[in-house]
Amino acid sequence: MWKWLHPYANPEVTYHFTGKILPWFVALTVITLSTGLVWALLFAPADYQQGDSFRIFYIHVPAASLSMGIYVGMAVAAFCSLIWQLKLADASAAAMAPVGAVFTAIALLTGSAWGKPMWGTWWIWDARLTSELILLFLYLGVIALHNAFEDKNLAGRAASILTLVGVINIPIIKYSVEWWNTLHQGSTVSKLGKPSMTIDMLWPFIFCFLGFALLVTTIICIRFRTEILARNSIRPWVRNLVILENK
Amino acid sequence: MLNKKVMTITSSNKLSYRDAFMLIIKRDLTIAFRHRDDILNPIIFFIIVVTLFPLGIGPEASTLSRIAPGIIWVAALLSTLLSLDNLFKSDHNDGSLEQMLLSPHPVFILVLAKIIAHWLVTGLPLIFIAPILAVLLHLNENSYGALMLTLLLGTPVLSLLGAIGVALTVGIKKGGVLLSLLVLPLYIPVLIFATSAIDTSAMNLPYSGQLAIIAALFFASLTLAPFAVSAALKVSTN
Repeated sequence: MWKWLHPYANPEVTYHFTGKILPWFVALTVITLSTGLVWALLFAPADYQQGDSFRIFYIHVPAASLSMGIYVGMAVAAFCSLIWQLKLADASAAAMAPVGAVFTAIALLTGSAWGKPMWGTWWIWDARLTSELILLFLYLGVIALHNAFEDKNLAGRAASILTLVGVINIPIIKYSVEWWNTLHQGSTVSKLGKPSMTIDMLWPFIFCFLGFALLVTTIICIRFRTEILARNSIRPWVRNLVILENK
Repeated sequence: MLNKKVMTITSSNKLSYRDAFMLIIKRDLTIAFRHRDDILNPIIFFIIVVTLFPLGIGPEASTLSRIAPGIIWVAALLSTLLSLDNLFKSDHNDGSLEQMLLSPHPVFILVLAKIIAHWLVTGLPLIFIAPILAVLLHLNENSYGALMLTLLLGTPVLSLLGAIGVALTVGIKKGGVLLSLLVLPLYIPVLIFATSAIDTSAMNLPYSGQLAIIAALFFASLTLAPFAVSAALKVSTN
């Protein structure tokens, strides 16, 4: 059953496969993200209470959920690399960490930019904000650990352990608004069946969310490919690639 | 001498798990008491950091009693962080750590013994000193019980989680700053619930909820952290 998956443990096969799918992801990202952003920022109706400042959510919410999503993805890769010793899983975790850190930072910055007009303060020590900040620190720790070892395999394993320890933070962020009931509001989009948003606002949001998710996929894909090349730079197939490139 | 005993005994199969556990604790305590500086320095650091705050903020009793729980807990975090370096470093340098990993006993038990020994020499003294410092900071009279209880349940969590960070960085030459970057985010939940418990107790309200969460953190880290530590040590010693 798993036979189709085996070839992809080979870095060369994976490198060429990701090279083939990358242009599709780029095209899809450009289409969905530009539609979503233009629709959301220019044409979606303004909120009756918050006015235009609610439009920050079209960036804030995707960034925040993706910051957690990337961490979960990194944790799955870390788990696979620890259990099955897959070197490519290490490479993908290393490719994901900085992207996740940037999206966490975007979520925090856009959140505080919205908080200033709405809550009257840039920052508040609310449960969700604090746990998101911890997530940023965890990302930075993982990146630092990746950089601290000379040997990339060792670095990958050490960072994997730290990533798995940090997974405990993800459910805390997800449910912080329900457990502590502090200033940050609950979710509006993902209530199944009945989102508490009008359709006019929901559609641009869906496009934005998909656009950012595809953007993340594209960036990670590019980083993953360079990560593979860097780790296999002494292999003949990489050398042949360079020779072909220079011809 | 004792070190040699550990090496010869851990390499034989006849030692029971409890004997191995007790032997490691005894060995680590002996080593610690022969290097008294390693025990005393974090404690002195703890006292100095706490005394810096009244000097920096001003001696007003109402302000100090308001921030006392936070000061004592942050100082406890920092002094634990400072003392963590000793946990595996010397054993890693002289090779006895590798012998322990190679021994037929489960690494879980040996690691747990080392962490407990570390807590006995660094965490436990803080619990005895904290009330004295709390007097200096005019901590609310109702809060002493909460302070002691949170420290009693919380400092082992600090040692257990910190051990993961040390185990990950023990092979790196300049691991000190990296260690704090890895470990401090993991300490934040303990800090939040401990200070919240002390604040609640100052208002004469029940604080068993926060205490239960710290206890949950304690038992979760007691059962899970040694696995992470042994995996990390295997990476670090390679």
